[in-house]
Amino acid sequence: MPWSRDDLAARAAHELKDGFYVNLGIGIPTLVANYIPPGMKVVLQSENGMLGIGPFPYEGEEDPDLVNAGKQTVTSLPMSSYFSSADSFAMIRGGHINLAILGAMEVAENGDLANWMVPGKVVKGMGGAMDLVAGVKRVVVLMEHSSKDGECKFKARCDLPLTGTNVVDTLITDLAVFSRPTRNDPFRLVELAPGVTAEEVRRKTTANYLE
Amino acid sequence: MNSNSKVFPDADAALQGVVKDGMTLMCGGFGVCGIPEKLITALRASGVRDLTVISNNAGIDGAGLGLLLETRQIRKMISSYVGENKEFERQYLAGELELEFNPQGTLAERIRAGGAGIYAFFTKTGAGTIVAEGKEQRVVDGETYVLETGLVADVSLVKAWKGDTEGNLVYRKTARNFNPNMATAARITVAEVEQLVPVGTLDPDQVHTPGIFVSRIIQGAHYEKRIEKRTVRKLESANAVVA
Repeated sequence: MPWSRDDLAARAAHELKDGFYVNLGIGIPTLVANYIPPGMKVVLQSENGMLGIGPFPYEGEEDPDLVNAGKQTVTSLPMSSYFSSADSFAMIRGGHINLAILGAMEVAENGDLANWMVPGKVVKGMGGAMDLVAGVKRVVVLMEHSSKDGECKFKARCDLPLTGTNVVDTLITDLAVFSRPTRNDPFRLVELAPGVTAEEVRRKTTANYLE
Repeated sequence: MNSNSKVFPDADAALQGVVKDGMTLMCGGFGVCGIPEKLITALRASGVRDLTVISNNAGIDGAGLGLLLETRQIRKMISSYVGENKEFERQYLAGELELEFNPQGTLAERIRAGGAGIYAFFTKTGAGTIVAEGKEQRVVDGETYVLETGLVADVSLVKAWKGDTEGNLVYRKTARNFNPNMATAARITVAEVEQLVPVGTLDPDQVHTPGIFVSRIIQGAHYEKRIEKRTVRKLESANAVVA
């Protein structure tokens, strides 16, 4: 059975390490915060200017001056700090963030990532995604293996405009996990969702990868 | 009020003689968090047109810069993300509005550089993407860098929590975002604050924006402070985040 959204987030949480500073993208990546192993210290960074994101506020305690990068109301923690956008991206572009977990529209076998626009259709913008993939040491991508039309999103080459070239280290889809030790290596299939076979993944994937 | 005072009675007065058609304007805020809502309303009332607006987002329908889109006062936006705004999308797809997308960190750094008198800088962000098209690039130690130029505006509109009559500003929580950087990067910066206090009240160690960057300051009243996505947890919930 393919992984659900929550399963994807739980699997992505295996990529966390004690002491990491982590930026979580909007959507499924935000759910990873629910699966930080107890006792592990992970500090979440939000590119709008906050380190140490706390849980959502209790009803009635929402503060319009305290939101995450998805514009959702959040709370602070005793260790939290606030800073300007330029300082925030100094953390991101200066290589101070250990891990970014992002969503994607397409990932290519060479590690290229497309997750910010569909020409003629989606004109929302890249936000901080291009800075994150350019500056963060390790990039994990979470996405559905195939689009709603059944087209594989892990491909030989991205068709959509790129967010970055050769920037993805680990790809977690609802079917499988693909990873590579360095950005000079090809991706290797390292894990299957329960009940999913390597043969099924091969049949549903247009990217080349090692098994 | 003496003639050297930075303090103006209200937002309309603070924009008088400062804003004009065709100018370039920076506007602080992330989404609608930390936006100068009183100055935006005054800008709308001023009727100035053909504005180029540098702002991370373009507001939402009915709030923030969305108000200036309704009245067609904006000709061009320089932003990193413009979702959640149907009127923006309509004007853009109809070719009525120009749009320049900047990666958010590149936008923040262009503003920081502009304010600091730095003409341009090289960054890895955007290398190999359409953002790099037409820009000078340099390869250093095998990494490709893109040349991005500093941004300077005619006027910056910023929002702070507290300010004093000298223009020193203190921001609150994530409402800080682009405001302190934009305050440095315009010929004239107009600040609005929730609490205007006499000099000597703010702790100099806690000032985020030194008064030198602020030309005019007003105290706003009755802040709307809209929340874009209200997310809460139930009292009995053990989970930190639910989405």
